[in-house]
Amino acid sequence: MSPIHYVALSVILFVIGGVGVLVRRNAIVIFMCIELMLNACNLAFVAFARVHGNLDGQVIAFFVMVVAAAEVVVGLAILMAIFRARRSASVDDANLLKY
Amino acid sequence: MNHILAAAPSGTNTDSIAVATIFWILAFISVGAALAMILVRRAVHCAIMLAVVMLCLATMYAMLGAPFLAFVQIIVYTGAVLMLFLFVIMLIGISSADSIVETIKGQRMAAGLAAIGLFVVLILGVGHAAIGPAAKTTAANGTDNLTGLAQLIFTTYVFPFEVTGALLITAAVGAMVLAHRERTAPKPTQRDLAAKRLASGHLAPDPSPGVYALHDAADRPALLPDGSTSELSVSRTLSPRDPGEEPRFVRPEETVTVTTESGEPTALPTTSSREADS
Repeated sequence: MSPIHYVALSVILFVIGGVGVLVRRNAIVIFMCIELMLNACNLAFVAFARVHGNLDGQVIAFFVMVVAAAEVVVGLAILMAIFRARRSASVDDANLLKY
Repeated sequence: MNHILAAAPSGTNTDSIAVATIFWILAFISVGAALAMILVRRAVHCAIMLAVVMLCLATMYAMLGAPFLAFVQIIVYTGAVLMLFLFVIMLIGISSADSIVETIKGQRMAAGLAAIGLFVVLILGVGHAAIGPAAKTTAANGTDNLTGLAQLIFTTYVFPFEVTGALLITAAVGAMVLAHRERTAPKPTQRDLAAKRLASGHLAPDPSPGVYALHDAADRPALLPDGSTSELSVSRTLSPRDPGEEPRFVRPEETVTVTTESGEPTALPTTSSREADS
């Protein structure tokens, strides 16, 4: 299996995640779509590590996983704080800075 | 013959029909699950679809010669991160479905156009890049994948590794700060609670639901000796469960004492505080 197929698959997954971030209104689902984009990047990293025959890409993918875990923790805590104040997880309701 | 998932590190068997078949099956499953993820309305279904995508990607990591990342993907992503998502979904409300109303006019059309543009740009970039075939050996720095990764992390990438540690502890502290709720009123002591109970005039514990009643369900009020029902025996969380229904009863501690002009106290039921709670 050529690594170009894996890279193309990661491109498709990345675009799907980007569409999800743009069109969904629920903040949790938006977070999940961001996770999907990070996973697609990881797949590209691992595929390129396979192309070059070294492990640097895998190390970078490992770091991406760690950063994603930290991002999820802080993001969900922010989400909980917003939900406590606004009683809603929709991004349309968090419009205090709009006016 | 090597196992499919272990075929890649040895550099052999990489183009076999079995590997290609499994790749295409996993690719279709993951793309379909990702599409379903942005199409289904409920957040829980999104999480399950994301789990499917992550498991497919974990298998692909194993096929690409990254067994350590495959297991980290399953354990950390599917096991921990996604469970955290599900936990927050349950906390916020499992019925929190997305609204299908478009708040910004033409946003979905614009998002679709932007996605097509991004896809074309990325695919053109990938197609023009000279991505060669897979190299023969993946674990270039060690005898196997794990040893090579450990050597890289603790030699070349040791500074990013330590920065990662700082990031993790910052995230933990940040989550604690964000999830912390300040106590605005002082915490009631045991003496305060006892005084409140004495003042409520209801010293004994509440009667159990269903005592002498026809059913012993938790929403059945207990029967009193005179045949009437004791509304005290039903948990008050059961009452506001029916939306739009007035609270059926008021507990004694939910009544406020208002001193009238004549000086005698009058008990008024406070239904508004219950509405604010629910």
